[in-house]
Amino acid sequence: MSTLHTVNKSPFETSTLKSCLEHVSDGDTILLIEDGVYGAMAGSSMADLVTAKTKAVSIIALAPDMQARGIDEDRLIKGINTTDYAGFVDLAAKNDLSHAWL
Amino acid sequence: MSETVKKFLYVNRKAPYGTIYALESLEVVLIGAAFDQDVSLAFLDDGVFQLTKGQDTKEIGVKNFSPTYRALGDYEVTKLYVEKESLAERGLSADDLQELVWEDEDDDYAEKPSIRIIDRTEMAKLMANQDVVLSF
Repeated sequence: MSTLHTVNKSPFETSTLKSCLEHVSDGDTILLIEDGVYGAMAGSSMADLVTAKTKAVSIIALAPDMQARGIDEDRLIKGINTTDYAGFVDLAAKNDLSHAWL
Repeated sequence: MSETVKKFLYVNRKAPYGTIYALESLEVVLIGAAFDQDVSLAFLDDGVFQLTKGQDTKEIGVKNFSPTYRALGDYEVTKLYVEKESLAERGLSADDLQELVWEDEDDDYAEKPSIRIIDRTEMAKLMANQDVVLSF
């Protein structure tokens, strides 16, 4: 069993990403979408918490939402990958369960 | 009905009156109860505030929906998991929560507690072991 978690809120506005990181299981995927992509940036107060999970969990940011916000890929925490809308669909199909955190 | 029973988890992470999420979640749970699925509710983060006793909304002009949680047992929604760490972070304990019970018809209608306090690790396992997760 694996779960795709989506997080769409900035971690500096809500505790959603933090809570998600605390409740994922090894092998799960976290996809950061909409304002959630701010959680993928290196150098922030959230970066250590996010980095610590990149080994056990696949953390991915949605590229169109990064571009919209002017976030280049080289600003991301090491170990975080990006995907596009088609990749989002693949992730939803590949995992047994989706959990859209609000 | 002979369709496959799926495990549904409703995740509640918001306090009750500042936004509409908590009430909407409760409404969806009650509507969903008609479909005879294996339903669990999870309360974590600010969601634990939904279950506190002593709520009185007279002066804020919105409906106090906290008594509605007591009806869940009659809809066979009998598993309300509350995260221990979320309670502790907010200075709460199980004593601050409403007493919610359900009647076990296989046990001479004995009243049994619906609220189960679990830790964060157990909450993560609960979330992983579902067919459908709806988060509010």
